[in-house]
Amino acid sequence: MAELNVSVVSADHEVWSGKAKQLIARTTIGEIGILPGHEPILAILAAGEVRVTDENGEIIRANADDGFLSVEHDTVTIVARHAELV
Amino acid sequence: MGAQLRVYRQKIRSAQTTKKITRAMELISASRIQKAQQRVAASGPYSRAITRAVSAVATFSNVDHILTTEPEKIERAAIVIFSSDRGLAGAFNTNVLREASELAARLHGQGKDVVHYLVGRKAVNYFAFRKRQSEQIWTGGTDAPEFETAKEIGDALVAKFIQPASEGGVDEIHIVYNRFVSMLVQVPEVVRLLPLEIVEGLEAPAANEVMPAYEFEPEVGNVLDALLPVYIESRIFNAMLQSAAAKHAATQKAMKSASDNADKLITDYTRLANNARQSEITQQISEIVGGADALGSAK
Repeated sequence: MAELNVSVVSADHEVWSGKAKQLIARTTIGEIGILPGHEPILAILAAGEVRVTDENGEIIRANADDGFLSVEHDTVTIVARHAELV
Repeated sequence: MGAQLRVYRQKIRSAQTTKKITRAMELISASRIQKAQQRVAASGPYSRAITRAVSAVATFSNVDHILTTEPEKIERAAIVIFSSDRGLAGAFNTNVLREASELAARLHGQGKDVVHYLVGRKAVNYFAFRKRQSEQIWTGGTDAPEFETAKEIGDALVAKFIQPASEGGVDEIHIVYNRFVSMLVQVPEVVRLLPLEIVEGLEAPAANEVMPAYEFEPEVGNVLDALLPVYIESRIFNAMLQSAAAKHAATQKAMKSASDNADKLITDYTRLANNARQSEITQQISEIVGGADALGSAK
């Protein structure tokens, strides 16, 4: 099965990166779920939680604020000025 | 002759004290380079991700936005110069200032007005001494740049960029900074931030390839509006970190050669002092021998 390459970065360090099955983030107009094969998207993040389901089905939670979500070719990047794992 | 010896000893002592200071400064910068380098590396993913996103938008969408389109006529350009607060770093500040004045001359040649934004006390002093105007200055934080400062600079630049040229706004933003290549090499770099010049990290789509249609949430205009300041900030923060790392490396190099020079001076003066002491002794002996002879023959 196809996988997502996810990286969550904040202004001064990389918070988390790895392969994932699914990612849920909160944008300014609501929550969005990303699965492998998603169309390219660039969205503004709203303050909130990003949930990443990794290969083993474990859920990684991170708080992100003030940033962007970009998806292209199964590469998901969350860039936020402030981001940290919960 | 005794006076000569005293002068040499004084010079040796002075060189020794100088060496102590330069050696200490060398060690201090050496320890700070590591940290500065780590910060450059740590900020890498963020600025890469942002640049990638901006490039993607510029490459894959044909949206009319201030970020992606080049104005027909550029009236005024802004140059941001990243220097350091302290000197003793060899040609560090000279290089970046020379590069900046070349750029300013080139822009003037193209009939553009140039406004300067200065970061670091050295650039401010350089401008003050030559009585040149600058738009805004930031000093005091070049050794360990804060993201807040980058945000401040970014906000000021974006505000100017959005303003129409007739009201004093700028149409172009350049930055000049020292890029940290290695411990030994720091290169002054000129980058045009806006309008976007280079599309980094992405190959242009081949002619027969279908361009992925980008979705934007909420609206393409809003996304680009939000992306612009973040992009500028991240580039500026990266430049500040690079400049800080380069400054420490330059200081270390300059202080190392200063310590080496002090070593050489000490050796040279020690030789001269030994010579002087020896000739003093020789003279004393010949005086004593001469005196004894004179006394002996007077009997």
